[in-house]
Formats: sequence, C-alpha cells, structure tokens
Amino acid sequence: MKNENRTILICRGTGCESSKSAQIQEVLTEELEGTDVEVKFTGCHGMCQQGPIVVVEPEDIFYSNVKLTDVSPIVESHIKKGEIVKDLVYQDPSTKERIPTYHDIPFYKRQKQLVLRNCGQINPEDIEDSLKADIYKGLEKALTMSPMEIVTEIKESGLRGRGGGGFSTGMKWQFCQAAEGDIKYVLCNADEGDPGAFMDRSVLEGDPHSVLEGMIIAGYAIGAKKGYIYCRAEYPLAIKRLQLAIDQAREHGFLGTDILGSGYSLDIEIFLGAGAFVCGEETALMTSIEGNRGMPRSRPPYPANEGLNGKPTLLNNVKTYTNIPIIIKNGSAWFAGIGTDSSKGTAVFALTGKIANSGLVEVPMGVTLREIIYDIGGGVLNGKKFKAVQTGGPSGGCLPESFLDTPVDYDSLIEAGSMMGSGGMVVLDEDTCMVDVARYFLDFTEMESCGKCVPCRLGTKQLLSILEDIVEGRGKPGDIERLEELSHGIKLGSLCGLGQTAPNPVLTTIRYFRDEYEAHINDNSCPAKQCKAFIAYYIEESCVGCGLCLRNCPVGAITGKPRKIHTIDQDLCVKCGVCHEVCPPKVFSIEIRTGEKKTEAFKIPVNDC
Amino acid sequence: MAEHFKLTIDGQTVVAEEGMTILDAALASNIYIPHLCNHPDLTPVGACRMCGVEVDGGRMVMSCMTPAKANIDVVTDSPDIEKSRKVTMKLMIMDHNMDCLACEAAEKCDLLRVASYLGIQPDQLENMRPLGRDLPLDTSNPFFQFDANKCILCGICVRTCEEIVGLSALGYINRGFKTVVGTFGNKGFVDSVCESCGECVVRCPVGALVPKKPGIATREVRTICAYCGVGCGMYVGVKGDQIVSVRGDRESPVNLGSLCVKGRYGFNYINHPDRLTSPLIKKDGEFVKASWDEALALIASKFKESKGNKFAALTSAKCTNEDNYLVQKFTRLVMETNTIDHCARL
Ligand SMILES: Cc1cc2nc3c(=O)[nH]c(=O)nc-3n(C[C@H](O)[C@H](O)[C@H](O)COP(=O)(O)O)c2cc1C
Ligand code: SF4
Ligand code: SF4
Repeated sequence: MKNENRTILICRGTGCESSKSAQIQEVLTEELEGTDVEVKFTGCHGMCQQGPIVVVEPEDIFYSNVKLTDVSPIVESHIKKGEIVKDLVYQDPSTKERIPTYHDIPFYKRQKQLVLRNCGQINPEDIEDSLKADIYKGLEKALTMSPMEIVTEIKESGLRGRGGGGFSTGMKWQFCQAAEGDIKYVLCNADEGDPGAFMDRSVLEGDPHSVLEGMIIAGYAIGAKKGYIYCRAEYPLAIKRLQLAIDQAREHGFLGTDILGSGYSLDIEIFLGAGAFVCGEETALMTSIEGNRGMPRSRPPYPANEGLNGKPTLLNNVKTYTNIPIIIKNGSAWFAGIGTDSSKGTAVFALTGKIANSGLVEVPMGVTLREIIYDIGGGVLNGKKFKAVQTGGPSGGCLPESFLDTPVDYDSLIEAGSMMGSGGMVVLDEDTCMVDVARYFLDFTEMESCGKCVPCRLGTKQLLSILEDIVEGRGKPGDIERLEELSHGIKLGSLCGLGQTAPNPVLTTIRYFRDEYEAHINDNSCPAKQCKAFIAYYIEESCVGCGLCLRNCPVGAITGKPRKIHTIDQDLCVKCGVCHEVCPPKVFSIEIRTGEKKTEAFKIPVNDC
Repeated sequence: MAEHFKLTIDGQTVVAEEGMTILDAALASNIYIPHLCNHPDLTPVGACRMCGVEVDGGRMVMSCMTPAKANIDVVTDSPDIEKSRKVTMKLMIMDHNMDCLACEAAEKCDLLRVASYLGIQPDQLENMRPLGRDLPLDTSNPFFQFDANKCILCGICVRTCEEIVGLSALGYINRGFKTVVGTFGNKGFVDSVCESCGECVVRCPVGALVPKKPGIATREVRTICAYCGVGCGMYVGVKGDQIVSVRGDRESPVNLGSLCVKGRYGFNYINHPDRLTSPLIKKDGEFVKASWDEALALIASKFKESKGNKFAALTSAKCTNEDNYLVQKFTRLVMETNTIDHCARL
C-alpha cells in the first residue's frame, strides 16, 4: 500500500486530550516509524463527545472514540492494507449507522465552517502548518491597504460582533480609528464565561494564528501599538498554544516592530483572567487588566474613546477576529453573500443538553433552530419529546416548539425574547421543569453579579428567592406578577449587560410556559415531574414483587413480600428516584405522581398483601 | 470663570456651569432627583441607579454620570424611570434592617428619605422575600463601628478612603448578593491600614458606619483644631458645658472639611478630671497650684540665670508656625544660643 500524501490527524483539543489522545499520537507515531505517513495533531473537531477523534487523509475517514488498543488495527488494516476498519469509524448515536467518511456525517454535512475552518485541520503549535493553510496572507494583503480601506471593507461585509451584543464590527473600528489619542489598544475577549460554551476555547486551541492575524489587522486599522488577549486562566491549553503562536509570529515578523516591513508595530500579550463571568463585559474586562477588581463602569464614556487606561480601545471577541482575515482575503461582498439581510456570515454554537449529537456547530446565519436541532443535532436524546431550546446562555431565553422555525440570526432571536449570545444552545426535553430552568440560570447570575449596582445585586437574589420558593412548594398567588414586575425593573435599571439581561430566562419561561408556573403555585404540581416538593413515587399494580427497588432504596422506604405488590412509605421516601431507575423496563410499575394524583398516593394505606 | 449655559429640566430652564453633571445642575436649581451613591466630594459611579433621567427623549441614563450640556431637554420622571426606581428601592428595603427607631442614622438616613420620597408603602412589598442577612458587627475600631447588614453598598466610604484620604483601606469583598464593603482580608478595621480618621463615617448615607459615641449637641462653635500646626477648621458641638462632638468645617480653606482621628475623636481630654487647669510649681517636692503671674515670674527669673549654652528649647508641633517662629527667635536673640529644636524634626 502506497502512503504518499497520507496524513493521520489526531485531535488534541482539551476534550480529546483528556481521553488520552496524546498517548494515542505517541503510539501511532511509534508504529508508523520509518513509513512516509505523516502523523500530526490538530485542534478540536467540535464533536468532543465522540473523542478521541482520528482522521485519516486523503480518504477523509473519521474514527471516533479511539482507544489505545484501536491503534494497531487501524495501522495494520487501514494504513498498511488500505482497508477501513468499519467497527471503529463513527457511529450515528440515533440510527446506529456506521458512517466512515468525515464529511458525510450529518453533524458536519449541514455546517459551514468559516470560523472553525482550520480547527481540526492544522497543527496549532506549528506556524509552518499555519502558513501552508494561508494564514497571514490576509495580513499581508491588509498591510497593502490603508486603515480607512480596511474599516470600509469590514463595514461593508456586515460582520457583527460574535461576543453576544452583535454590534457592527466595522462601526466599532471606525469609532476607534477616529478617536484621538497617541496610545490606543486592541483587545481580544477570550473570557468565555457562559456556562457550557467552549467555541472560543476551541478556536484558540485549534487555530491561534488566525486569531492573532485578525487582531493585528484590527490593530493596524485603528492604529494600536499594544494588544492584550484576555483569557481565563482555566484554559491552560489555549494559553500555552496562544503564547507559542505569539512567540512564533514575532520570530516570523508578523508581530513586533515594523511588521513585514510595513513600518507598523504592534505587540500582543496574554492577560490571565480569574474566570469571573462579569469580566467578559467590556468595561469590567478593561478594569481587570488595569489591575482592579473586575467591575463594570457606567457608559458613556465608551471604550472607543476612553477604554483601557482611559485610552481609545477596541475590544472584539475571538470569533469576530477569526472572521477578519478571510473577509480581507475574499472581500466583503463574498462574506456579505453568506447569511441573512441583517446578520452576515456564520453562527457558532455549542450544542448541548438533551440532544443526540452534541458539540460545536457552525452554520450560516438564517438556518432555523429546527435544522440545527434535528438535521445536525440528530434530534432529542432517547426519543423524548422536545420541550424548549435555550440560547444566549444566562442572558438568553427559552423558546418553545412553536419557535423551532425561527431563523438563527441576531434580530429574530431577540424578537422571540431570547438572544444569540456568545453561543450556547441547550436543548431541553419533556422531563425538564421550566421553572427550575429559570431558577438554574438565576442561581448563576446571582452568584456572578459583580455586586456594584442595586437592581442586579439584589434583584437577581430576589428573583432567585421567589423561584426557589416556587420549586420548593412555597409559591404564593401573585408570585408570577411579582417576578414580571421585578424583571422589568431590573432590566431597566441595571448598569451593565449582566443585570440588563439576567431576567430573560424568567421572562421567557413565564411567557411561553406560564402554565407550569401556575401548576406549581396553584395546583401543587410539577408537570415535568421534577420538583421534589410536588412529586411522589408510587408503585402500580403491575408490580411483580421482584424486590429490586426494595433492595436499592437507600432509606428503606419500600416494603413488600416477594412476588407481591410492593409499597412506598411516603413519609420515609426521600425522592431520590432510585426505584424508578431500577424497576425493570418490562415491568415499569413505578409511577411518578404530581398534583392531585400525588395527594392520592399519600392516602393509600401501607398494604401488606 | 467657568462658562455658563442653559438647559431644560422638567420644562424649567436652568443655568448650569461647565463641568457640572445633570444631577449637579438639577440640585443647584432646587430640582430634586433621588440619589444615594452620589457625593459632591467624590467621583460619581452610577451604582445605586436612582438618579435616572431621560435626555432628549432617549433611554434612561444616570444623571450623576452624564455631563450637563447646553440646550438639552431633561426629564426626571417618566413611567419607565418610576418603575425602575421603585423596583430598585423595594429591593433595597427587602435587604435592609428597617428597625429605624433603633438606628443611629435615624432622620439623617438617605435610604429612608428616598423611600418616602418615592412613596413606598409596606403593602407594596407583598410577595417579596426578605433576603435575611446576619453579618457580624465590626466593633474593632475604638471610635466607630460598621454594620454590614445596614450597608447599601453605595461605595461612598470606599471612594472617600481612596480619593480623599488616599489610603484605600476599604474595598469590596465577594460577588453578587454576598458583596460587602470591608478591609483587606476582611479582618476588621483595627487590623487594617485604616487611620480612624472617620471621613467615611461622616459620609455614610445610612446607619452602617456610625460613631460609637454619637454626641447630640445643642449648639456648635466654629473654631480651629488645637492639636497641630495645620490648623484645621472645625465645628465643636456643645451640650451644656461639655464638648460632645466635632465636625470638619467645609468652608475652611485649610482642610475643606476633613479631619484626622485626633481632631475628630480625641476631644475627651478637654473635660478630663486629670487635665491641668492652672500652673503648678514644685515646692518641697510637691506640685502646688500657682497663679499665672507667679509662674511667669518664676520662669523669667530662671531664664535670666540660664542664658547661653545652659539653655535649650524644644518646641511642639501642637503650636502654630507663628509660635514656633517666635520661640526660635527668642532662643537665639534673647537666650543667646542656637540650641533650639522641634519635635517634628526627627
Ligand atoms: C456579563 C457579560 C459577559 C460577557 N462575556 C463575554 C465573553 O465571555 N466573551 C465575549 O466575547 N464577550 C462577552 N461579552 C460581551 C462583551 O461585553 C463585548 O460586547 C464583546 O466582547 C465585544 O466584542 P464583539 O463586538 O466582537 O462581540 C459579555 C457581556 C456581558 C454583559
Ligand atoms: S448589572 Fe450586575 S454585573 Fe453589571 S454592574 Fe450591576 S451589579 Fe455589576
Ligand atoms: S458603609 Fe455606608 S458609605 Fe460605605 S458603602 Fe455602605 S452605605 Fe455606603
């Protein structure tokens, strides 16, 4: 078997590294010593749940969940004999079908990867590999343009900030370019504080040079001499690769004094953040770099005029910068041809929750939620019924089934009461209690509020207290109205985006799932049968008396003779749900009761039949 | 001379000065906008979210942070502004120990004042949950105490210590609802760099930072601090024949209202039983009360015998510059020696 041009790509993003992909690379390299097969490691492919991932080029074969013991079969059969190892290639979790070819996998087929274009393709620690992928070609071109031309190009591309707010990137650059000042800063927001989001981390780990390239172009356009990448210290791998990239870029003349002989100089430093969500807010981020407690500042003045150290400052998200080089290379018209009228380019999401295929997804703006969830995500996990999709992280909202055909773009999501955010998309199934979802997000924002302004500091706590009361059975008539009133006041009054959007999960769940709130408050019932205060486990007559539940109950609340119907003592039961899990699926006699039916469960005397 | 210009606030034309915020301009024209975290001595931060106004029909902005400009049209009340203020105030009340009768701040409390201005009544708090704080009192400082349960986190004390005192003994600790004002490591005032000047205590708008011995004076006397040569202006509060309080004189060009720990809190020596109230002369090994004439005559006679190198003078920082000057002149010319020193020349 000839192995010309054969390359084996091993993912070494944080996900795959944690499941031993570094060792897999070692063993592969060892086994293939002396052959002309190139073994290289790359950043993330986005389907971390299937990791470690090994891709064999040029056939584009996708091996997933690769274990150390799988290396030999792959080498022996695929590399040496050209026979694909069918049992090790990707298997669709819902259809169980084996799909060998990377780009035939439904998860990837519908995607359009602009931001993630090099992730999983290049070796992020080797600048030569980046150069082969034409990285820094955009910078070369940009340096032949005037700063004004660049700003115009970015403006015309229609690119909007990928950090959540969706402000026009070109406009932001224009303000910063126009601002007077001998010192200006260009900053990259790599704080990525949304729970469950890892898009920025993947780009930093998989394609750090493209982020730098975008930043250098931005710095040149606005006239910055100094740049900082604000990255959370919890991203050690991203930081390591970024630092390596900065050093390599400097050696190659892409950074430092007189970049590529253009006369323009810029230096970039990484600033480690301690991981507070609020430090992703632009003014808090700058306060943090200044060495102070990361608390937002009231605007105006805007950072374009008075940002870091009081100087004109440009801040963009990791993904925003990653888009820049390809816009410069391919032109604004090309970029503006992708997406919708008001939202250009692509959207990157971390698709999670009760979904068959979770992972990083990049789609053209305007694709509907349904397409993402069903065509790419493979639908709801375990065949359960879809209930809602949450986008925008703690600042976003929950949209019900009737909104599945909403196109994913900045304005449509806001109109529906949610937002794009910086990219979480959580799918919720029928077993999710929507009041509890609101409580979960408020628990997060309450903890992450910086404490500076009253509506956010005390408002999130007050909302959380009421929500906790509702899910724990202490809800009172009037609570829904009070939640709404407080939410509107908090949105109006809060100083920064955190407080201004924190009530969104409450408002959207009330808007679309009011009946669930009412059931908790008025009917003593949790329709999703999740809130412990409202449910009782009850053994139905179909019980065969196998005794499994009895043996597994941690508090001994179940009694019953062998082969006779068992009973749960409701006063002892702690509602851990173990009985429900262990009851054999064929029998399935443990019912979760709520509302009136729960009350009945209590009435039934402990029988001894 | 700062430039003056006109703007409209609630339909009324008012005159403002360059450098004023909208809040400054309104207050200077007797138009009240509720506010809690603003203080005329300090940089505004826009944290309490009470002073929102709408400018030229735009979205609500904080008037303490927004510069007043010529010809703008400011509205200080609208349905949105009112909604925002009321929610914010209700949230504060639910987080505050509202035992006002037992509170030192009493009628001086800005929270109480703004709440009643907004017309918040107990029945409007229905369905709101008490947030229940039970933080320990910091009584470690000898002169004042801090009750975090009453603190509204306006940050006035933090900014005072940073901007006026220059110490930054105070800062914020924790995040979210758990945020409190405190010293480094939250170890209490006594174990911090705090110098006990009490500038923060004077400015705290509620009963969170209060003096331990609050004196209620029946009248005040304007005077100069007797402690050192700086000569800070102060008002001494008197009740009967006792001094019960001291506050800085904001009109004094020397200290602009600031005082140090001694000037503000160190006045109990004045009525102390051990204080010397007349000269004492040692006779047969015992101090005996004497008249001023007797004492001065004795000193003069001893001085006459001690001219030249037998004599040395040591002066005190508690004296004014003028007094110190006179003593050194007297030492050199009259006592004919250069042996003169001052306690501050360390
Ligand atoms: C509470 C809060 C957290 C934020 N976190 C992030 C973040 O983690 N990453 C990010 O890029 N932007 C974040 N943002 C948005 C930033 O403030 C800012 O708008 C963005 O970085 C600008 O870049 P862009 O124009 O490229 O989107 C956050 C905003 C708020 C209010
Ligand atoms: S809205 Fe929240 S996070 Fe933002 S300044 Fe206010 S307290 Fe801090
Ligand atoms: S102690 Fe007083 S001055 Fe300091 S933040 Fe609290 S309320 Fe404001």
